[in-house]
Formats: sequence, structure tokens, C-alpha cells
Amino acid sequence: MQSETLNKRPFHSDASGFYGDFGGAFIPEMLYANVEELRNNYLEIIGSADFQKDYQKLLRNYVGRPTPLYEAGNLSKRYGARIFLKREDLNHTGAHKINNTVGQVLLARKLGKKRIIAETGAGQHGVATATVCALMQMECIVYMGSVDMERQAPNVARMRMLGAKVVPALSGSRTLKDATNEAIRDWINNPESTHYIIGSVVGPHPYPDLVARLQAVISEEIKAQLLSETGNPNPDYVIACVGGGSNAAGAFYHFLDAPEVKLIGAEAAGEGISSGKTAASLVVGKKGIIHGCLTSLMQTEDGQIVEPHSISAGLDYPGIGPLHAHLHQTHRALYYSITDNEAIKAAFELSETEGIIPALETAHALAVLEKLQLKTTDKVVVNLSGRGDKDLSTYMKILESR
Amino acid sequence: MKRLDQLLMNKNSRVVNIYFTAGYPSLDSTMSIISLLEKHGAGLIEVGMPFSDPLADGPVIQESSRIALENGMNTDLLFEQLKSLRTVSQIPVVLMGYLNPVLQYGMEKFLSMASSCGIDGLILPDLPPEVYESQYISLFEKHEIYPIFLITPQTKQERIHYLDSLSKGFLYAVSSSSTTGGKSGFNKDHLAYFERLASTDLKNPLMIGFGISNNESLETVFRYASGAIVGSAFIKNLNEKTEDFGIPAFMNHLLNKTK
Ligand SMILES: Cc1ncc(COP(=O)(O)O)c(C=O)c1O
Repeated sequence: MQSETLNKRPFHSDASGFYGDFGGAFIPEMLYANVEELRNNYLEIIGSADFQKDYQKLLRNYVGRPTPLYEAGNLSKRYGARIFLKREDLNHTGAHKINNTVGQVLLARKLGKKRIIAETGAGQHGVATATVCALMQMECIVYMGSVDMERQAPNVARMRMLGAKVVPALSGSRTLKDATNEAIRDWINNPESTHYIIGSVVGPHPYPDLVARLQAVISEEIKAQLLSETGNPNPDYVIACVGGGSNAAGAFYHFLDAPEVKLIGAEAAGEGISSGKTAASLVVGKKGIIHGCLTSLMQTEDGQIVEPHSISAGLDYPGIGPLHAHLHQTHRALYYSITDNEAIKAAFELSETEGIIPALETAHALAVLEKLQLKTTDKVVVNLSGRGDKDLSTYMKILESR
Repeated sequence: MKRLDQLLMNKNSRVVNIYFTAGYPSLDSTMSIISLLEKHGAGLIEVGMPFSDPLADGPVIQESSRIALENGMNTDLLFEQLKSLRTVSQIPVVLMGYLNPVLQYGMEKFLSMASSCGIDGLILPDLPPEVYESQYISLFEKHEIYPIFLITPQTKQERIHYLDSLSKGFLYAVSSSSTTGGKSGFNKDHLAYFERLASTDLKNPLMIGFGISNNESLETVFRYASGAIVGSAFIKNLNEKTEDFGIPAFMNHLLNKTK
């Protein structure tokens, strides 16, 4: 029965990296050799016993997995349902991002690469990359928009302490999109020595699939934990925030083919979807190409990419992973747009009710709770993608103005 | 015979191919730049269509694109400007840009407009040849727009032949894997690569671009290929303050001509 649904796998990418209408690898020839090398090798390498042994061991002893699935009593009472928090914030470095970087640095090593580059928005992916590079003694360069370097200053300091070089991206809105442009340019200019660790399920094939597979450990653990906690591996809802969509991809992955599990993503609406200051790509975007990927993209009528806005640096991206564009189009998952203010409110609520300060990105997922009509028997898993230390300066400003 | 084929008929054509960004330095400079280039020794012109996120370009073309967009350049306007192209000039002209603005405009409409302006070819570096082959080949043929593909030093021999088989007019070899406007000049790795290309049996004439900024690098490329492509160096020297944009001086210098 299960193998039958698994065989069809309508929500996984095909050989060319397409999820339905979305995905692919729209890259200039200057990137072809690098991307081809990765595409030809990633499945075999990450599927190998050798890789899995190292990966699992590091996830357990270095990252601190499995992360707890915590049934949040106070929050459950408030929303009248059983609410479980998947504590990705308790990973080493404080977010889910490290699941991906551990895997990709191991992969880069197998490919014989000596130099690692990455882009980062909130700085969590940059820190996770710098951390694993320090561990494995690899050179590490992180591109970060200069606006983000300011609003996520603690993470810039952490990356530097870990020995990474942080290079400011000074073009466009000086945020995640621009940092990604710079990282891609670096890769074009360093076609042999370098592996580019993309931090989300975006970019050209095979990245969306590679990163989703490395984050899939999240839903694998949720299933096992729910089974032992409740007797059933499947919840009624899984909720996650979506920037590029990697924590959501990981939290959804093993539920994609189980239609009874409702999957919900939270995009950043910024100041509102019709304010012109938003990052809700699925709502205001149209099919287009960003960073080598055909997806839902915020753009002008003339096909120029529009600068996004979100209070949360990690969701401040005008595109979205092709998996999510596909899940949205096929209605397999539902996406809410959460404003800056709704996210802030949810961040304070979690801090005050459960004693957990979430990242601003994560707060977008939490803000979905009050929009759902929940039954007391509903089991709801919220993927707590990261902790809020990096956002304290933003939170302090709000506290002071209260 | 088509303009591009005629231009590159013999191997020693020594064609100078100049790239510039439409809408830079000013919104309506496109046609003047084309005329000046033709008059001062260019054999082929690549008109760059500015894009907000030019991820294969270095600082010079990034900046010219940003200013061009700020000036208000867009696809409709460019075609409007190019409408008069064939009444004033017979120089071969190809358009170059990123795929997304073309897709938003509509591939068929784009090719048809380009064709009606007398455009000869189209270079879309982020259009994968596999996608071109499966979706667009017949549209390009119908509108008689030549598709031109890029190869790099990392492109395997088998793929070079594949890209050559799809290209028409010429095959565009970038001298090194880099963004535009990188290091200028060539070392022995470049020369070995050019040597390899020169001895590869290609269907198309070869043009080499990236890293050409002066007469010396131009002459080096002419030893191996039918033409040389100059972009960033030209744009860097565009001078808005003079009526001729500084183009005659730049071209004379590039061609080592003393007027
Ligand atoms: C804590 C946290 N959650 C979520 C995100 C968004 O990324 P993604 O959508 O790939 O999970 C980020 C990105 O920086 C993050 O730091």
C-alpha cells in the first residue's frame, strides 16, 4: 500500500530537476561543469554507506540530534489542540541550517573541493557553514548583504570568530538575493576548487533536491517521535516558515505522500501583501527565473526581479524553492502570508508562554496557529526552525517602544 | 546569404565584436552607439538587454545594467529604438541578455519583434541548450534568429560539439571561466585552450570573448578565432560627456590605428 504511493512520488523532482512546472537548471555555461559534477555525483555520494556513517555520526554527536519534539502545554491550551514543537532551535548553532551544511561539507570533501562558499541572509546558514568548515578545516567565504550584516550583527561576529571571511554584498537591496548573486559569481570565477553550499531548497537542480534530502531528517524524526508519543506517526498539521523553504521541505518531506497530513507554509508578507514591501513570492509572484531556478518570482512586468521586504532576513527573498511552488500549485500544501507585526506578536507569545525565544523567521510559522480552526484532538507540529538570539536587537527595539 | 554568415565567411575575418548595454549611458544612446561603432571599425554588435540580477556579469556590466534600468530601459522600448536599425545600418547585430525578461515578454513575440527589427541573432547565456532544443528551436528558425551558445574552458569536447551543432552564425567561447570584465590578458592556459579550440573541427566560426581590453589581447585572439568580443573595456570607456561617447578614440586605440 505504502510502496504504491511512494512509487509515484508526485512531489519529488524528476531527472531534470523539475517539480511539475517548476525547477530546472537555467544556468550559464560558466556554471555548467560545476553543477554537472554535483548532479552526477550527489545521489551516489549521499546514498553511500560511507557518507551516511559520517553524516549520522556528526548529526548525533556534533549537531545534537535527534532534536526533541516537545508538546507545548501552554500553547496547546491557548489554541485548543495538541501542539508539538520540533526543536530545531536546539541544534548546534541554533537552527536547522546545520543539517544541510554538515551534509554538503562532507559531500564537498568527497568531490575533492578545498574551498567552500555560501550566501546567507539571517546569518544562520553562514554560521552553520563556517562552523562545519572550522570542524573540517576548509577555507570558508560567506557572502552577506550589507543590510543583513547590520541587522544580524551577532552572526557576523560568530562567522568571523569561526575563521570565515564575510564578504558584504553591496548591490540591489543588499540582502539575501544579492548575497546569492555574489556567491554564484564567485563560483563562476572558481570553477574547479570550490563547492558552493546553497542554504535553502533554491538554485539550480540538483540543489533543491539535495538540500531537501539533507533536511529530511527533520520529518523522519517527527514521525518516529510522534509514533512513540501518540501511537500514530502522522500529525494532522505540519507548519513551517518558508524563505527559500528548506526547513519546511525537511519538515514536510516524509509526509508529502500522506495526504491526510495537512502541510502549511508561512511566507513573509512584510508590511502586507499589497504594501509593495513584501516577500510573499507565492502571492505576488509570477513564474520566472531566479538563481537558475524557474519558480514563483516577484518581478516587474518587464521581468526584472523586485526587491523583497521582510523584517526577517532569512525570509527576505523574492523567489521560493520550486518544491513549494509546486506544492502550492497542486494544493498539496497551503501557504499563509504572515506580516512583520503578526510574526513579532507570535515571537513574544512563545517567549512568554513557553519560555522559548524563537527566531523571527520561525515566528512566522507560529503566527499561523491563530489562523487555523483547530479541534482539541488535532495534533499540530510546528517546526521551530531556529532560536532568537540573533534577533535580540530587533526584539529589544520593540520592547522599548511598547 | 545572411548578414552574420557573410561577415564570418572566411576564417581570417578579424571581426571586432563590441558589446554594450542598451540604455547606458543614456536611455536613447542605443542607435548612436551602433552607428559610431560601425563607422569606427566594429564588425558586429551585441546589444545587451539590462537585467536586475546579472549573475554572470562583473562590476562594470552590473553597473551599466543598473543605470540602464534606472534610465527606464525595457524590452518594448529597446525594440522601439531598434525599429529604424536597418534603415541606417547593415552591420550584423545580435541581442544578448538573461532569459527571464525574454520569457516575460514571451519568447515568440520577442523573436518576432527582433526579426522585424532586423536583428540577426540572440545570446541567452542562461537558456540551457537542452531547453532550447526541446522548446524553442522551431520558433528561432521560423523567425530566422540565430541562436548563439557559449562554451568555456571547462566545457567538455563532446558538449562543445553539441553546442556548436545548435549554434548558428558563430560559437561564443569565453576565454576563461569568469564573470565578465575579469582579469585582462592571457596566460599559457588560455593559449592552450585557444589552440585546442582552433584545432577542433567546428561547424561554426569561433568568436572569443572575456579578457580582451586592448590591441595586444585582440591580436592574440585573432590568431585563433574569426573574431574577438569586447564588452566591459568598451563600456568602461564610454564617455557620456562627449558627443561621440569617446568611441572613435577607444576603437582607434583598440585597433591600434593612429587616425
Ligand atoms: C531560523 C531560520 N528559519 C528559517 C529560515 C528560512 O530558510 P528556509 O526557508 O530555507 O528554511 C532561516 C534562514 O536564514 C532561518 O535562519
